[in-house]
Amino acid sequence: MKSSISISNVNRIYKDSDGNRVEALKDVDLEIKSGEFISIIGPSGCGKTTLLRLIAGLDKPQTGQLFIDGAPITGADPSRGYVFQQGSLFPWLSVRNNIAYGLRARNVYRSKKENIENYIELVGLKGFEKSYPHQISGGMAQRVAIARALINEPKALLLDEPMGALDSFTRAALQDKLLELWKKDGTTIVLVTHDIDEAIYLSDRIVIMTPRPGKISKIIDVNLSRPRQRGSVSFLEMRRQILEFFELAQAIPQPEYNI
Amino acid sequence: MITLKTVKQKKNDLNIKFMLLKILFTISGFIVAILVNVLFPQKADVTFKIYTLNILNLRIAFDINSAYIVVLVALILIYAISGIRSIFQKDKRKLYAKNAAFRFALGIALAIWDIGGTKIQIFAQPFFPGPAQIIEAYIAEGSYIVQNTLYSIRLYLAGFSCGVLLGVGTGILIGWFPKVYYWVFPVLKITGVVPAVAWMPFALTLFPTSFSAAVFLIVICAWFQIAFLTAQGIQSTPKQSYEAATVLGGGQINQILHVAIPHAMPDIFTGIGSANAMAFTTLVMSEMLGQPGGLGYYINQSKVWSAYYKVLAAIVIMAVLFSFINFLIGLIRKRVLRWQQGVIKV
Repeated sequence: MKSSISISNVNRIYKDSDGNRVEALKDVDLEIKSGEFISIIGPSGCGKTTLLRLIAGLDKPQTGQLFIDGAPITGADPSRGYVFQQGSLFPWLSVRNNIAYGLRARNVYRSKKENIENYIELVGLKGFEKSYPHQISGGMAQRVAIARALINEPKALLLDEPMGALDSFTRAALQDKLLELWKKDGTTIVLVTHDIDEAIYLSDRIVIMTPRPGKISKIIDVNLSRPRQRGSVSFLEMRRQILEFFELAQAIPQPEYNI
Repeated sequence: MITLKTVKQKKNDLNIKFMLLKILFTISGFIVAILVNVLFPQKADVTFKIYTLNILNLRIAFDINSAYIVVLVALILIYAISGIRSIFQKDKRKLYAKNAAFRFALGIALAIWDIGGTKIQIFAQPFFPGPAQIIEAYIAEGSYIVQNTLYSIRLYLAGFSCGVLLGVGTGILIGWFPKVYYWVFPVLKITGVVPAVAWMPFALTLFPTSFSAAVFLIVICAWFQIAFLTAQGIQSTPKQSYEAATVLGGGQINQILHVAIPHAMPDIFTGIGSANAMAFTTLVMSEMLGQPGGLGYYINQSKVWSAYYKVLAAIVIMAVLFSFINFLIGLIRKRVLRWQQGVIKV
């Protein structure tokens, strides 16, 4: 139960508030194998979230096509789980009902409601079922968001900086949780992040994107054996490589002088 | 440890003395009210009717003034008993002590009202009948007042419940469908500022019964206000909430029912709250201007006979009834919006 995703020659152009054309994505091609854990990293404005939204079906490209298991993506579908950056839980629903939302929306609540307890346990939220989102911490809220996506048994899980707003301890714990879930289900995972360490620690491949126009600049295979050590020599070497690449790509604009 | 314990013990002893003082303080206001009533002679030309009660074959004859004293004595007993009970209940002690000053003032206010009114006539008569006379209204016309109160309740319930349903319904349509917003919202905005009673001439001629005319007026005053705020609540739903619902498999109907409406709930209740206040006004106004019953009608009728004590009697009932309705709405609101409450845990 996993999907392969194929992105071919995708362009997405926005108009900003001044009417200027912003090329969020330019000629993007990417093949994601089924069961792969892939990370997309890059500075802000490089189009990584746009790309993820296109895969989810929340947005459409101007040109080019996206395929899931060979079929073109036409709109959002619960078979592609999506976890937002933060604050996407429904504040009026308890933890349990947030997780159960997908079951109710798809009219399978009756037949699958035993799963709710499993997913609550899986993300370690037992005892918080009746809490409301504002009563739990940011890390717990993101775990609810992940459980809420997983209960639909998606064939691909799309994560948009789900740990961006968390402190480093919570983040590390959640990363391990995510790996654990991935090993268990083997779902295809696409993770958007701006954290290089996170990308190296988790993924099979790292897609590096650069802005203006947003495009894929490099794809790196992470050939480190799992479980990975964040402090190991090969880990740090890979980190150095990626940082070097960003320095060469020069994300920092040159100063302009007016005389 | 030992010293701590003795200090605590002492504090408890002190507490009982303190509480007894608070009880005395609470009831002293009402004792003053009784004294004033008994000691000062009536100056105004008020005759108190004699009523007889048949209880267990005992014929008890009493006048209204003694009924007032009975009420005061009853208040003293109630507060004294609740005070003594609060001595033994830790959580109630504080509240009782806190309320003491206000209850004292209540007794003093009754005394001032009594003495300034019919006793020495500082306040113009007959506009300021004594507290005893208001009790007279309830005894003399009890069933008539109840009948009018029920009429008001019926009118309010019929009008306001329809208004809430229509308001929430239209609000959802306006908030969800841009086309409906385009055509209906401006109309709502313009007509919404017109006080509902302004439509009364039309209502009275266009509706078959005066009851349905008054229902109509209450409906429109609740309708516009609630629709306005419901639409606002629906429109302010964050895009991300809809997207989250979409990726989880929620269709359009699901998003209206389980995303947009819950998000709009706080606004809907704000609308209901303010519409409620306007509904009370409209209710009483329309009863005064063309209903065969209701508290507003009763006030109007009593005014014609210069029976101001009856007017006050009706006003007291309104205060209690409307506060009770507000209390009920508050309870429902608290239940529906329970997700907003709670201390933020870290």
